[in-house]
Amino acid sequence: MSFDAAYQSKTFKSVGTRPNRPDGVDKVTGRARYGADFNMPGQLVARVLRSPHAHARIKGIDTSKAEAVKGVKAIVTADDLPDLTDGDAALYAVLDNCMAREKALYDGHAVAAVAAIDEKAAKEALKLIEVDYEVLPHVVDVDAACAPDAPLLDESVFTQGVEPAPTKPSNVANRSEFGHGDVDAGFAKAEVVIERSYKTEQTHQGYIEPHACVASCNPDGTADLWVCTQGHFVYRQTCADLLGLEVSKLRVTSSEIGGGFGGKTHVWAEPVALALSRKANRPVKLVMSREEVFRASGPTSATSIDVKLGATKDGQITAGMATLRYTSGPYADMWAELGAMTSFACYDLENVKTVGLEVIVNRPKVAAYRAPSAPMAAFAVESAIDELAKEIGMDAVTLRLKNVAREGTKSSYGPVYGPIGIEATLRAAKDHPHMNAPLGENQGRGMACGFWFNFGGQTCTDLNINADGTVTLAVGTVDVGGSRASLSLIAAEELGIEYDDIKAVIADTATLGYNDMTDGSRGTFSTSMATISAARNAIEVMRQRASLMWDIPVEDIYWEDGHAHAAGSKHGNRTPLSVKEIAAEAGNTGGPIAGHSELVADGAGVSFATHICDLEVDPETGETRIKRYTVIQDAGKAVHPDYVEGQYQGGAAQGIGWALNEEYIYGEDGRLQNPGFLDYRIPVCSDLPMIDTQILEIPNPNHPYGVRGVGETSIVPPLAAIANAVSNAVDVRMTHIPISPPRILAALNEDTGN
Amino acid sequence: MVEVQLWAGLRPLADNQKVVRVEARTIREMLRKLEDRYPGLSDPIRGQVAVSVNGVIYRNDWSQELPEGAEVMLMRRLAGG
Repeated sequence: MSFDAAYQSKTFKSVGTRPNRPDGVDKVTGRARYGADFNMPGQLVARVLRSPHAHARIKGIDTSKAEAVKGVKAIVTADDLPDLTDGDAALYAVLDNCMAREKALYDGHAVAAVAAIDEKAAKEALKLIEVDYEVLPHVVDVDAACAPDAPLLDESVFTQGVEPAPTKPSNVANRSEFGHGDVDAGFAKAEVVIERSYKTEQTHQGYIEPHACVASCNPDGTADLWVCTQGHFVYRQTCADLLGLEVSKLRVTSSEIGGGFGGKTHVWAEPVALALSRKANRPVKLVMSREEVFRASGPTSATSIDVKLGATKDGQITAGMATLRYTSGPYADMWAELGAMTSFACYDLENVKTVGLEVIVNRPKVAAYRAPSAPMAAFAVESAIDELAKEIGMDAVTLRLKNVAREGTKSSYGPVYGPIGIEATLRAAKDHPHMNAPLGENQGRGMACGFWFNFGGQTCTDLNINADGTVTLAVGTVDVGGSRASLSLIAAEELGIEYDDIKAVIADTATLGYNDMTDGSRGTFSTSMATISAARNAIEVMRQRASLMWDIPVEDIYWEDGHAHAAGSKHGNRTPLSVKEIAAEAGNTGGPIAGHSELVADGAGVSFATHICDLEVDPETGETRIKRYTVIQDAGKAVHPDYVEGQYQGGAAQGIGWALNEEYIYGEDGRLQNPGFLDYRIPVCSDLPMIDTQILEIPNPNHPYGVRGVGETSIVPPLAAIANAVSNAVDVRMTHIPISPPRILAALNEDTGN
Repeated sequence: MVEVQLWAGLRPLADNQKVVRVEARTIREMLRKLEDRYPGLSDPIRGQVAVSVNGVIYRNDWSQELPEGAEVMLMRRLAGG
């Protein structure tokens, strides 16, 4: 159905207000049902056996002793998940990651799984599974993996994107390049050149809720999956493909979600749970422990990035260049390419070149993490720009404004920008009181900019007008950040009714058309568009019903303030009909009233942010305390400002943890040393100040209300903003994330020659 | 007529062309003609591409019209968190 998504300026009544979220009471009272809260009669408990080796050939698996354990109902290995991927390399990587086939490729890689009547039996069986490993040399460090003599993970991998094609295999799976102009000519014009190398360590999304699901394969070939996910329709498709199920026969229901941040866009254990259920002919519950989450699900890349900037002494950047090496775990993807695309996206550069190198290593398969790949690239480039500002004696914001991308700028990744908001965020930062607040001893201030693409996608929504005039809104995008509240506000706005009269629910895959995942900052952007469309369709139905009730032509009826109005004097002074009045007569005017929408929400529009950070470094211990933090970002239109601010604050909080503490630490044996929240330290409330936010509203021309996605960009600037602040506080350039106390002390000692 | 820029990974599948001129009114027509001319592009066009038209990135809306002289780029379909 056609839908005009063009922005139309209007005065809002519901949108922009801050009502309580509909899922709030359930969540704070413990009634909300997360992945592990679902249970079925007769369900079995699943446990997964994981490789203790970083790299090992699986010569054989003997499950006979484990099968004899009382209470064990099924054991699966790769043999129970045959390769149905038909040459699809990306899907094969998912399959191989769910259950290792020929080789275990990282510490924690699943090699077998057990379903038993209780945890005790399952654990006992795990101990009795005998895996014959041939341990192979491993490599976990990004730079070491690029070395010519590095152990190879996959001898069939030859670097793609290189001419002439290489004749030797490599851990560098692909090379991508972006840019324009002539960087050599640009550097020749430069009066100042900054050249630095940076590293960032691997971090995990750190969602509080571990992966959890209940799978039930039925004898008639149908199956059900209850799961914590960011995209149940996508999980349905992937699981159906991997298990050879018809899509219509697999029904997936999403639970409440305790954080995802990209890590729940990918299946990890769900196909295994389905395979166990199919084999045992019983429902199977599989809940990953925190250790398993760290060892075997979705971290982001570790990186090594070289940046070179050239500029004139008056602050005109003449050339920018970056080489970005990103780990992807054992399977190549596009993480380095995204880093290469985003690295210089904030700037208008005549000469720019970025090269992305995707590096496979013996670490877990990388998954998207909130604006995937952009924070590391921004850390490197924004650090170099800060150093350039110091070198030429120019204020950091002024230097960025002098080179900022604007409408009409050819972006570093190719396209010419339409209207964009980076300059507005920089000007807001320049004018913000935070920028001029006094700093104390051992304190430093840093700022940085960030970019993310945002996208939309396939979206389907049902809006049902109930008999009492209340509304049920069924959407297919999982609510990860308060979207049920935002979408209820949108429906209230369109229909002209109260927010409290709308109940938004997440429909399962059997009751609504396909929806892409909640990723790419698309949840509220896309589903609000579909909700507007569905509401307008419902209004059309209600106008028709009003015409029957009044016995006047539908063309003479218009909709305003939640009522059908008779237009013109010829129909007298008819009292407008409310939604409740029209709904009450629905049974005699044509039956149920509903609005449906299926659409593709494209045109999300790119997103920018500027962050300012004050912090204090203890020179004795190297400990850093964030003293003040400000996020400035364009939301297009903030539908529910509380949740927009929450996204800004959440992204900043995650970025602060990434910048200062979080890090995958591997031993010489390639085993992860810190798979738990005691040793992998994410920030808690007491680590953080109140994170201040400033919402800019520059309407997105491709959304009826001007909405932009807001979920991801806020994690892009913090690494750089904090690195710049620490560098300013201690007067030593910090180039390795996380900037943990030992690294600060080492840098200070090196600087003083100790 | 639009000039379609190909990302580096696509060029070997299109006679090493960096830019291809196509007479097309919509993204769908443009992709179809590219596929007709360079059959090797079939696989990437199915599921791996996004299309940037005058700076706006489209991942799905192949009905989008291409204004005369529009800046059109094929990009890898982005991942998000």
